[in-house]
Amino acid sequence: MRDASHWSIFLNAALINNFVLAYFLGICPFFGVSSKLETAVRMGGAVSFVMLVASVCAYAINLLLDFVDAPFLRIISYIMVISSTVQLVEMLMKKLSPVTFRAMGIYLPLITTNCAILGLALFQTNRGYNFTQSVVYSLGAGVGFALALVLMAGVREKLDLNDVPELVKGTAAALVVAGILSMGFMGFAGLGR
Amino acid sequence: MASKEVTPTDEFVKGLWRDNPVFVQVLGMCPALAVSNTAMNALAMGLATTFVLLMSGLSVSLLRNFIPREARIVSYICIIATFVTSVDYLIMAISLELHRALGAFIALIVVNCLILGRAEAFASKNKPARALLDGLGMGVGFTFALLFIGVVREILGSGAIFGVSIFPDSFQTWTVMVLPSGGFFAMALWLLIVNRIKLREIQAEKKVQGAVL
Repeated sequence: MRDASHWSIFLNAALINNFVLAYFLGICPFFGVSSKLETAVRMGGAVSFVMLVASVCAYAINLLLDFVDAPFLRIISYIMVISSTVQLVEMLMKKLSPVTFRAMGIYLPLITTNCAILGLALFQTNRGYNFTQSVVYSLGAGVGFALALVLMAGVREKLDLNDVPELVKGTAAALVVAGILSMGFMGFAGLGR
Repeated sequence: MASKEVTPTDEFVKGLWRDNPVFVQVLGMCPALAVSNTAMNALAMGLATTFVLLMSGLSVSLLRNFIPREARIVSYICIIATFVTSVDYLIMAISLELHRALGAFIALIVVNCLILGRAEAFASKNKPARALLDGLGMGVGFTFALLFIGVVREILGSGAIFGVSIFPDSFQTWTVMVLPSGGFFAMALWLLIVNRIKLREIQAEKKVQGAVL
């Protein structure tokens, strides 16, 4: 994977192996915040941002852990460092740019220890990406997540207007929609090789 | 929840059906969908999660009087991450093949909202024995839920159960069930069944109340 081009890494993370629809990462926010289009867009932005931060952090921590030869500390240190960095950025953002904070600030604490974030950090480590590859990978994953969330929100807004049986309402209907979306995304397989 | 009249058996049984983590609380969906493509993977994942639930519940419960309120979430995450790391290495020692099949999802047990949820909502307020029972009940409920999804996907997707073929060769496998979208469909199917039963229970209760009134 080391020699993979940046473009193919991006496409791979955003479409072919979409984090939500192919890896099932970040399912909770995917179902939780996908009922309105506007919130979905903001949430997507916030997740992309945290993914970028997490990717940079994870790269640095991995260098350090390799240096001291302690791979068994990986999980614990990833979680700790990523969540505290995000908290720090959140405070900075509140101070420097209240407008952006209001747009996506409330979602930040929700997603700091989301499995999509930790999953991204672990995948990029397992695949041995270098620094630029990691950043591109995190951007792709963020775009893919936002795309899935927005598509889902669009479908669910329409679904609300329809007459759905009581039994299927809520999570069950959302799951079926997600399954169909996931089938659609399988069509991207083989792209960008 | 932990009032005096709750018996230890209730503590265990509630995780199996009434508060089933996957089908009722809809927690821990990511691993439930991601590693349930075969029954074996589902079982292994369920057992690993149960172990982490048990150990973290016990530790949190034992340390509940020493952990300051302000730093509790961080401490819980530390405790959980420790046990997840040990499970990760344990599975690697038992079967490399299984470790490869489950991939990063063993490490991702640490962010399973179910575990942190139980630590926060139950183990931090109850005695170790009760926390253990609660963890065991939730873990077994989670394992069963995973197994249910995994069995459906494996039977339809590859015509086998635990790797043993059960259909004649002429059976056309539903490849879609092994693929990611199959996870969503299998989960939706079980949710429908559970919803149906729950709805009937509520209706039956209403009828009884109506008769009394």
